[in-house]
Amino acid sequence: MFEGSLPNPVRPAFGADSDDEVVVNIGPSHPATHGTIQVIAALDGEKVRRVDVHCGYLHRGFEKECEDHTWANLIPYVDRLNYCSGLINDFAYCEAVEKLMEIEITPRCRYLRTLLSEYSRIADHLTCIAASLMELGAMTAFLYLVMIRDYIYEHLAALTGARVTYTYSRIGGLALDLPAGWLERLDEILDQYEDFVGRIHGLMDRNRIFIDRTRNVGVISAADAINWGFTGPILRSTGVPRDLRKDAPYLAYAELDFEVPVGINGDNYDRYYVRMREMDESVYMIRQLIDSLPGGPISVDDRRCVLPEKHLVYTEIESLINHFKLIMEGPQVPAGEVYSAQEAPNGELGFYLVSTGGGVPYKMHVRSPSFVHMGGVQRLLEGYQLADIIPTFGSVNMIGGECDR
Amino acid sequence: MTAPTVELLAQRLGSAVGNVSLSHGVFVLLLEPTALLSTVVQLKSEFGFDLLLDVTAVDWPERTPRFEIVYHFYSTEHFVRVRLKARVSEADPTVDSLISLYGSAHFMERECHDMYGIVFRGNHDLRPILLYEGFVGHPLRKDYPKQQEQSLVPYRT
Repeated sequence: MFEGSLPNPVRPAFGADSDDEVVVNIGPSHPATHGTIQVIAALDGEKVRRVDVHCGYLHRGFEKECEDHTWANLIPYVDRLNYCSGLINDFAYCEAVEKLMEIEITPRCRYLRTLLSEYSRIADHLTCIAASLMELGAMTAFLYLVMIRDYIYEHLAALTGARVTYTYSRIGGLALDLPAGWLERLDEILDQYEDFVGRIHGLMDRNRIFIDRTRNVGVISAADAINWGFTGPILRSTGVPRDLRKDAPYLAYAELDFEVPVGINGDNYDRYYVRMREMDESVYMIRQLIDSLPGGPISVDDRRCVLPEKHLVYTEIESLINHFKLIMEGPQVPAGEVYSAQEAPNGELGFYLVSTGGGVPYKMHVRSPSFVHMGGVQRLLEGYQLADIIPTFGSVNMIGGECDR
Repeated sequence: MTAPTVELLAQRLGSAVGNVSLSHGVFVLLLEPTALLSTVVQLKSEFGFDLLLDVTAVDWPERTPRFEIVYHFYSTEHFVRVRLKARVSEADPTVDSLISLYGSAHFMERECHDMYGIVFRGNHDLRPILLYEGFVGHPLRKDYPKQQEQSLVPYRT
């Protein structure tokens, strides 16, 4: 097909073994792949025999770039990992730096971060469910869910100034407190969420076509899921109730009442249902948090990381120098290393940071759930039909920004 | 399965482990690369560290040995994390692969090989995963210049 012998960016792990096997290439840019990913599949008729998954098409040298910027400058950058729930990336990263600096955030910040994490989780799950339903042809369900997601994005834009990439967290606190009327609008959106998600349950849960496409498709056992490093909704869909919010409570989760929904079969239907139930739990948590939101400052009083107030920067030399040092040299983080993980919508999102003391990280590594899931996704695809790749990929919710870094 | 504690880990894992400590709630074991596989077998069977979370490395160009390979494990029974560190030299950056114990090691070791050039003995599929065929060098090594240009894959006409 091509002139000469041009190098191929990927080397498939296998060719066609026999005459009745066909090797097809799906992606990396394909309307149904749900992200920029390449799947090389050996088919026997319509049945998938072997799969070789290639990621890296969104690789942008994130970890290398991080070694060249101050700790504070990385916050906009970590936003762009899982771009469906940027706030959770922000909070997970800031928590890791705060552990290195031994900072304890204020109660109001702790509650607000928890509230916004759960709000982001709803937005992320809505995106995942909406996209995977649309790929199965359910356009109404897609529009219902994306409409609610858009209310959430607009509402978060009223708080942070951006719809997707928020840069709202700060080391030691948050950028701003809630604007007036924000919690009232939150209440309205949660009510609308319940209305529309109720309709989704009505449309999908007992829908014959949906069940045929998802029940007993992409099945994985609990032992396999753990062996292949799956975490988050995929692991929970196999019946393992592992959730960092329960197992090692961070932020304000220890003070909240919630359940960890689990599935039975570990198939596509269970992953859909686990996500639906998790959103309900998130709404329940947000309502508890609204009722118990403490007052007080949103940032710690620590000159090592929090910028002084603007009017002080303009009137006194100490604050001016402090501001200058924090911007130009970055927060001075003590030497050490830390691994800190939070329960992101897709699973365990971990940050491994190494500091040699100073304003710039020596090393920054992200343990991204999507990348690990791509390492085991062939277990969900092999043995099923070619057409099943689409709902299975949808239910795994691969996010290129976080997978390829 | 025994619930791990610093004392218990130090006692059971024996002389292979140079150092056991606790850092920000994570057990940290520093060990010889040759002892890696046997220690991980023991961690998995005896203490129930059944989830391999992460494989990465840290490059310390001024130290000998130069590379520190870092593993993170989690026990889904005791909710405990452990970090394993093994140091390998630039001349022979080789360590045993964990693919016989954990499926998730496949992709993570490929990424670590991409980024640092660490060779995992026993993992025969170390094809580029985040990079591409024909990429020269290991970008997360400290001596890899950020501005380095690579021969791009030619456009197909």
